[in-house]
Order: sequence, then C-alpha cells, then structure tokens
Amino acid sequence: MALDRSDVTNIAELARLEIAEADIPQYQTDLSNILDLVEQMNAVNTDDVQPMAHPTDAVQRLRKDEVTETNQREKYMACAPAKEEGLFLVPKVIE
Amino acid sequence: MSLHNLTISEISAGLEKGDFTSVEITQHLLDRIKQFDGELNSFITVNDEQALADAKAADERRAAGNATPWTGVPIAHKDLFCTEGTITSCASKMLSNFVPPYDATVVENFKKEGAVCLGKTNMDEFAMGSSNENSFYGPCKNPWDKERVAGGSSGGSAVAVAARLVPGATATDTGGSIRQPAAFNGLTGLKPTYGRCSRWGMVAYASSLDQAGPIARTAEDAAMMLNVMASFDTKDSTSVDAEKPDYTATLSNDIKGKVIGLPKEFFRDDLDPAITETVRNAIAEFEKLGCEVKEISLPNTHLAVPAYYVDAPAECSANLSRMDGVRFGHRCEDPQDLNDLYKRSRGEGFGAEVKRRIMVGTHALSAGFYDAYYAKAQKLRRLIKDDFVAAFEGVDFIMAPVTPTPAFKIGEKTDDPVAMYMEDIFTLSLNLAGLPGMSVPAGEVNGLPVGLQIIGNYWNEAGMLNMAHQFQQVTDHHTHAPQGIE
Repeated sequence: MALDRSDVTNIAELARLEIAEADIPQYQTDLSNILDLVEQMNAVNTDDVQPMAHPTDAVQRLRKDEVTETNQREKYMACAPAKEEGLFLVPKVIE
Repeated sequence: MSLHNLTISEISAGLEKGDFTSVEITQHLLDRIKQFDGELNSFITVNDEQALADAKAADERRAAGNATPWTGVPIAHKDLFCTEGTITSCASKMLSNFVPPYDATVVENFKKEGAVCLGKTNMDEFAMGSSNENSFYGPCKNPWDKERVAGGSSGGSAVAVAARLVPGATATDTGGSIRQPAAFNGLTGLKPTYGRCSRWGMVAYASSLDQAGPIARTAEDAAMMLNVMASFDTKDSTSVDAEKPDYTATLSNDIKGKVIGLPKEFFRDDLDPAITETVRNAIAEFEKLGCEVKEISLPNTHLAVPAYYVDAPAECSANLSRMDGVRFGHRCEDPQDLNDLYKRSRGEGFGAEVKRRIMVGTHALSAGFYDAYYAKAQKLRRLIKDDFVAAFEGVDFIMAPVTPTPAFKIGEKTDDPVAMYMEDIFTLSLNLAGLPGMSVPAGEVNGLPVGLQIIGNYWNEAGMLNMAHQFQQVTDHHTHAPQGIE
C-alpha cells in the first residue's frame, strides 16, 4: 500500500507527532514498505479463525475494591516537567 | 582466575567461602567498566557510589549470617526497568531526564536478595530495534568485532556480560530482544513464558508480547537469575499465578529420551550454510546425550513477521501515547497550545524508528483499517500458536537457529527498516504465541558467535534450562570470550 504525502501528515497528526517537512518523503517510503510487508497477511483466509486475546487464555483478575496505595502526590509529581501547587501545568485550554 | 571471569554461581560460592568480598568484586567490575566501556558503550548509567554502598551493605548482611545466594552478587539492569532514584531512559531523549519514583518488581526482587546493581544498560530506544543502533546514547558495540552490532534491543545487557563487565544482566524480549543479542555475543539468554515475570515497572513497548528474562554466560546462571526474576505479582494484571519451581534444582536431570523437533521452516535452503551447520552440530550433541530428533512443520511461520509488525506497532502507538510532555519526560520549549505541546514534545523526544512504529500502529488502528490490520494479526497469532500446540503433542522441545546471520556491520541495515525486521524471523513467532525460548552458544562462524534456539512448551523453562545445562556440560562454546577484553 503506497502512502501519499497527505496520508503521512494525517497519520502524524493522529499520533500527535511533529514531523519535519524534509523528512516526509522518507517516512512515505518507509511506511509504504512496511505496509507492503504486512500485507503478506492477506494471503491467508482467516474467516473462521478466532482472534487470540491472550497466549495462555488467562482472564483479568479481579480484586477487592480496597485502598491499597497511600497518597504520595509530591513524590510521584517530582518528575513532572512543569507543575504548580500539586497540579500539572499545560498551555491554556479553555478561553 | 580473575574475578571478572567468574560466573554468577562461582561468585556466589566465592562470597560464601570468603574468598573475596562484594566490595572487592564490585570495585573490580566498576574499574573494568571505566577501562572498556568508553568504547563498547554498553552502559547508559553507572551507579558507582550506590553500587559500592550496596556492596558494603551486602558484605555486612553476609557477616550477620542472613545472606542469600545472591547477596553481594553484581548485576546490571536494562535501562527500561524502573529504578527508584536512578534515571530510566529507555535509551530515548524522551525519558533522558526521567527519575522513576518506584522500582520495577524485577528490580525489587533482586534488591530483596541483596544483589548489587552496577548500572543501567544500553538498548534500542523503547526496545524497538534489532541492533542497538536506535539508541539516543549511540550504538553499543559488539566486543567480538567492534565494527559489528551488539544485537538488540537488549544489546547493552549482552555486551556488558560478554565483555565480562558484569556476570549477568536483566533484559526484555518482545520479538527476540533477549535471544538475538545473546546469540550475537555468545551468551545464554532466556525469554520466559508470557506472564512468568512481572511487567510492573518495565516501560511498555507491546504489552501482549513483552517479557523479562536473564542474559548470562551459562544456563546455570540463567536459572539462578530466573529464580529471582520470576514472581507472581498482583500489580501486573497479566502476571500468571503459576507454580514457580527452583530452576536450578533440575539442571542435572538426565535428558535421555527427550524428543527434539526441528521445524523445516526454520532450516530453509536459503539460510547461510555455516549457520545451519553450526546449529545442526549442536543438535548432534543432544543426540549423543540420548535425545531423539525428528523433523516437524510449523506451516504458518512465514506469517510471524507481518503479524508482529502490525501487532507490536499497534500496541506501541497506544502505550507511548502516555509520553505527552505533561507528567514526565521531555517537554518542548514554550508550547503555544496543548496540541503544540504534544506534537513538539513527542516529535523532539522520539527517534526515527520509534516514530515509524507509532505511525504504523496509528494507521493500523485507525477507523476503517482496524479489521484489515489489527484484527487480522490477532487471527494469525492464533494460527501461529496452534502450530506450536500441535507440534508439542509430538515433541518435548523445538530447536532452531536464533538468527539468519551472525552479527552484521554497524550501519549495514539502518537505511532499510524492512531488512532490519527480517532479522527477527526466527524469534518473533514465540512472542506471538507466548512461548518460552532460549539462546545458547553453539559455536562461532568466522570468529562470530552463533546461537542455538531451544523452544519449550508453556511454563517449561526448567526443562529448557536442563537441556541447555546438559549441553554445556559436554561443550565449551559458552566459555569462549571475545579477544581484547582480558
């Protein structure tokens, strides 16, 4: 499947990735080649095959709805790049 | 014998006998890292002070009489296991400033035993790669030939062990990232059954495929490491509450009568004849030990590469969405709005291969393409798994090469992502099926190590380690060391 320039910019936008203009042709080639590779999947008819959800058919465990962690806000926020008064800072979203 | 040539089991015995202290061997290995790692680049972070403090504490614990076999034994962790207080970069600019507030369960398990962590090892960025060339910190070099790649993604763990900078290192395997670098460096590496080791605190790449495991020099050492690494953990919802044996207890079992299947799809005519011969010679040793060998077929093997390169990118595109410049990691300068913050932080923080996989995954999961890509890949996983399940009805183990070639030259495949993906043809199918696999040194071709892959049935890590250990009792490939690092 050959991707054109706008496909690449659309995908990058969906993925929230800034891509330099100059790099778009290379991504176009690389992603098209990768999609060609994965299209080998289509050679097999899988109409009657159940998708695999877990290799050993394990299911989600449930636990009691109890508090198991203590609040450690400051410790967990220490690695945040921008914070103030226990809140993460982002550019203004609501006018 | 020099301290750095000792195996984990020998170090453990030496510490117990009082032949040397943990501080002595830790200092010796830290000195070697200073001497050799400037060129090899196997470590991203070296914890000199912390390691020596931990070694001193380990010596005191031993003196107090409550040591375990691991107390004072030096190890290293792949730089995607979270280590509280020590940068965990995943070899990415995105996490180059990330100091985790907690330890991964695997890290915690080693700490409880009193093991000494020397530092964090180099890798492909976010474990995406087969050569360790996709590292923000530069490629790690193969000590057998420094113009060649370390393998990946756990290249730093493998090189540090091969160069005798540390006797064992943790690693992770999503599509071959333990077995392939172990093979390229003449080491013993084991990817356990999916769910055997906790993924808590491992930076996620593809959660349904990721599994932690050991890289060491011998099967005995790998068994000792797995004894610590494997644990049931309620903090990982996919951790399986299966019985955990003592993996060292059955190493000496007789392997006579074990049936080994050789899948014809893994011994193709176009494979490098030197690899086939080396692997077949290794398998002949098992026949001498009384094993029976027969040909089998895994007819859907050729679907593993395409299925993997849909599934893994799809999962990574979701997992890496958490890197948004808000809560941790790289944040761009002066963001204009929220979208700009996300796009530039991610655009600046991720390298080219990570971006490629995020975009492939985003495309595969986007509206209108989901059934054709992601759902299809999950159906192929079922077919690939069913092949193995059928094969294991007639054999105890499956053996094959680990890689189609020995370590290739640095830069040889960097311009062609698809050529790089084909490196993984013999390792991916196990991850898709969730099965355990090992790489065991089988000999060298033109001075470069070649690995034998031992594939076991679900939860049969102990059986695989038994096979590998018995092989290592009658061969000496695993004792070979690269030149120039004495």
